[in-house]
Amino acid sequence: MSVSHVARAVTGAIRTISLAAALAFAPQAMAAAAAPAPAAAAEPAAVAAPAPAVGAPDAATVGTAPAAAAPADKGSYVPMKPVAGKGQPVAKGWTFQDQYSPNGEEALRMHDYILMPVITVIALFVLLLLLLVMVRFRRAANPVASKTSHNTFIEIIWTVIPVLILVGIAVPSIRLLAHQYAPAPKGALTVKATGYQWYWGYTYPDNGGFEVISNILPDAEALKRGEQPQLAADNRMVVPAGEPIRLQTTGSDVIHAFAVPSLWFKLDAVPGRINEKVLFIKEPGVYYGQCSELCGARHGYMPIVVEALPRPKFEEWVKAQGGTVGAPTAGATTTAAAAPAKTTPAA
Amino acid sequence: MASIPAHEGFDAHHDDAHEHDHKPAFFQRWFMSTNHKDIGTLYLIFAIFAGIIGGGVSGIMRAELAHPGIQYLGWWTHFLGGNDQDFNATLHMWNVLITAHGLIMVFFMVMPALIGGFGNWFVPLMIGAPDMAFPRMNNISFWLTFTGFCSLMISAFMPGGTGMGAGTGWTVYAPLSTTGSVGPAVDFAIFALHLAGAGSILGAINFITTIFNMRAPGMTLHKMPLFVWSMLVTAFLLLLSLPVLAAAITMLLTDRNFGTTFFNPAGGGDPILYQHLFWFFGHPEVYIMILPGFGIISQIISTFSKKPVFGYLGMAYAMVAIGAVGFIVWAHHMYTTGLDVNTKMYFTAATMVIAVPTGIKIFSWIATMWGGSLEFKSPLVWAIGFIFLFTVGGVTGVVLANGGIDDNLQDTYYVVAHFHYVLSLGAVTSLFAGFYYWFPKMSGRMHSEFLSHLHFWVFFIGVNLIFFPMHFLGVQGMPRRYPDYAPAFEYWNTIATNGYMVMAASMVIFFINIAYSLVAGKKAEGNYWGEGATTLEWTLSSPPPFHQFETLPVIEEAHAH
Repeated sequence: MSVSHVARAVTGAIRTISLAAALAFAPQAMAAAAAPAPAAAAEPAAVAAPAPAVGAPDAATVGTAPAAAAPADKGSYVPMKPVAGKGQPVAKGWTFQDQYSPNGEEALRMHDYILMPVITVIALFVLLLLLLVMVRFRRAANPVASKTSHNTFIEIIWTVIPVLILVGIAVPSIRLLAHQYAPAPKGALTVKATGYQWYWGYTYPDNGGFEVISNILPDAEALKRGEQPQLAADNRMVVPAGEPIRLQTTGSDVIHAFAVPSLWFKLDAVPGRINEKVLFIKEPGVYYGQCSELCGARHGYMPIVVEALPRPKFEEWVKAQGGTVGAPTAGATTTAAAAPAKTTPAA
Repeated sequence: MASIPAHEGFDAHHDDAHEHDHKPAFFQRWFMSTNHKDIGTLYLIFAIFAGIIGGGVSGIMRAELAHPGIQYLGWWTHFLGGNDQDFNATLHMWNVLITAHGLIMVFFMVMPALIGGFGNWFVPLMIGAPDMAFPRMNNISFWLTFTGFCSLMISAFMPGGTGMGAGTGWTVYAPLSTTGSVGPAVDFAIFALHLAGAGSILGAINFITTIFNMRAPGMTLHKMPLFVWSMLVTAFLLLLSLPVLAAAITMLLTDRNFGTTFFNPAGGGDPILYQHLFWFFGHPEVYIMILPGFGIISQIISTFSKKPVFGYLGMAYAMVAIGAVGFIVWAHHMYTTGLDVNTKMYFTAATMVIAVPTGIKIFSWIATMWGGSLEFKSPLVWAIGFIFLFTVGGVTGVVLANGGIDDNLQDTYYVVAHFHYVLSLGAVTSLFAGFYYWFPKMSGRMHSEFLSHLHFWVFFIGVNLIFFPMHFLGVQGMPRRYPDYAPAFEYWNTIATNGYMVMAASMVIFFINIAYSLVAGKKAEGNYWGEGATTLEWTLSSPPPFHQFETLPVIEEAHAH
């Protein structure tokens, strides 16, 4: 019990600090967002997504789905600086990362307030019994052993009580599963993450279908950008914060897994099938993850970086990638513009 | 028969004192063996040898993981004949190491030691049988396992796609193991599993037949020692699950070599099908590795408490229940593959059910000690250590059973910590407990109790230092099977690597102890543990005669379990 309380207190403090940091950062971001003109239409450009880094096999061929797009209007988008302790592991950390999705918060609550106390108590109870037995029934203290070998009552007790405990765990567990599997609302933004050997591609079918190729950054480059080595990527999966996203995963060669610990999200990317799950990120930020299914030599070298932005900033990013915004299919719940967005037209 | 007197007359080097203990010559005895005790010894020696290799591999892994960056993999790539100038080949080496560690420890260390070693040695002794039902089949079981190990070793020197050796993980998931790994290495690794699997199936048939048909008069199923019960359940699990593995990996072979597409979506196949087949075998497999340990612990606890096992029938049928339920929980290894919500709910609930019979076993062991007169000989110390460590591994299993929680823990170090607590700290601890319990019976010489206790404490501290911090790494999000990691993960990884060195030191103590007992150990009496040891092997000399129970023992009505 006390363990989990301490853990909560610590993580709570970290969360407060990181929130403060995020708030301090936010005004700058807003200012930057306001500056560039909404260079929406017209001039088509061949290369929408940034070029893949060296070492990515066949990157040129899988690189981009060509789309009519604005020229790389990089000025409007600056990769967000990560906040220490938010969306990434911390040195000597021994608890779950802070959660930034409703499902993650629910799961973390269940772990911290139900599972952890229960398993801690059970393990300590068994340890206590063992120590008690070892002291009380050592040969010096109890030279003559009893011959008791049955006691129906106690056997029923230690069968029924665990069953009751497990039922108590199963109820919130099943409820959690139901919440995790709630389907995305009709108008939700769709993002498709494709695992390649060994990098990620993020496709935005609702925004013109461009694909962003995401390769690991060399350690030195990551440090220069203020990110942790092994976790940083050259291009991020940018999504809007505060709205449900229909995240689909698939694999192009072998099985990979799209995982972000601070969003309680992990979904295998399997060749020949599309897996789908709702991703809801509560606030803007950078959230790091890593491929979580053995996929060959560079399995440890294809990090996942999710950058959640406020909706207008996200739309600017989309345009900068050469994507389109505002088509009826892109109707998102939080955009004020498209009022009848609920009734998604034929899609 | 008329020939017997003539035979005796011809036997020049006949020793009257061992008239019924005539051993064949060296080559015939150890290479064409049909004696269950000799085959058990072969299995144990083989398992120790494989364990040194598998444990050494984990040492390379822990050294590499002590700090961020790639430090030693290049050297090992070069050492094994790979191209260390190619970064992919160097990283491939990592995958070869994790694959080899898993396969060796599962198929060539724990299983041969517990089933082939202790099972062969003590199932016939405990049920009062002269030998196993099919002695020649017993022999081929061993040599199939041995050949399988050779095949796995050969695979390390074959091209395996991005580098030398099979880098698929012990699970050999398609399509990484099919289109993802060009070259014969994976074929050799798969063939190793075929051979070891065939050996285990034959062994399982042998155990089932022996236990059902060769029990001494009066020994009903409900009077069998719990170790024999555990071997019976284990044998059934092997018999029912291994053919599914054989089918799955045969399909891998044909996908790889003969153009079939069982697991290739381009031809209508499904990579997830392989995972279902693999884990239909793989989950019973984890109980195959731990059930014999349960049996050993029951014998030891009862012996040193000088009490019969508490709730004998509950204990026996708890193992049957674990075995049965173990067949219907396999997809909890696949929570993130995109299972249907109802499927995931079912597997969550079914998995948690296993905690109930496991709890019965834990509490029954404690109740066996309750009221006993505990003598803290080394086997009991190891057994008590087992109960606690297995409990820790068991409760994290309850956490992982929850599909919604597992989403964040799947394929992280939390899982690594969990299964090493139940295997490396559970099954292996039971192995050492059994080793110290029975080693004098097998060798005829006592080990050093001091070294055995010392071995326990150093091992206990070492493995906890290795594996407990892995829970922290897991909840922080460090994925498995990574040769390099973010700096945030360094602290606990360094501690784990230090723990490995402590554990390795305990192994030195173990080998010194073996050497000591073989060279200078006191001669062991028939029943060196005294009044608490009541099963049939204690009625024989240490070591038992080459052929025992030529006159079958009769079990009286009142004989304790």
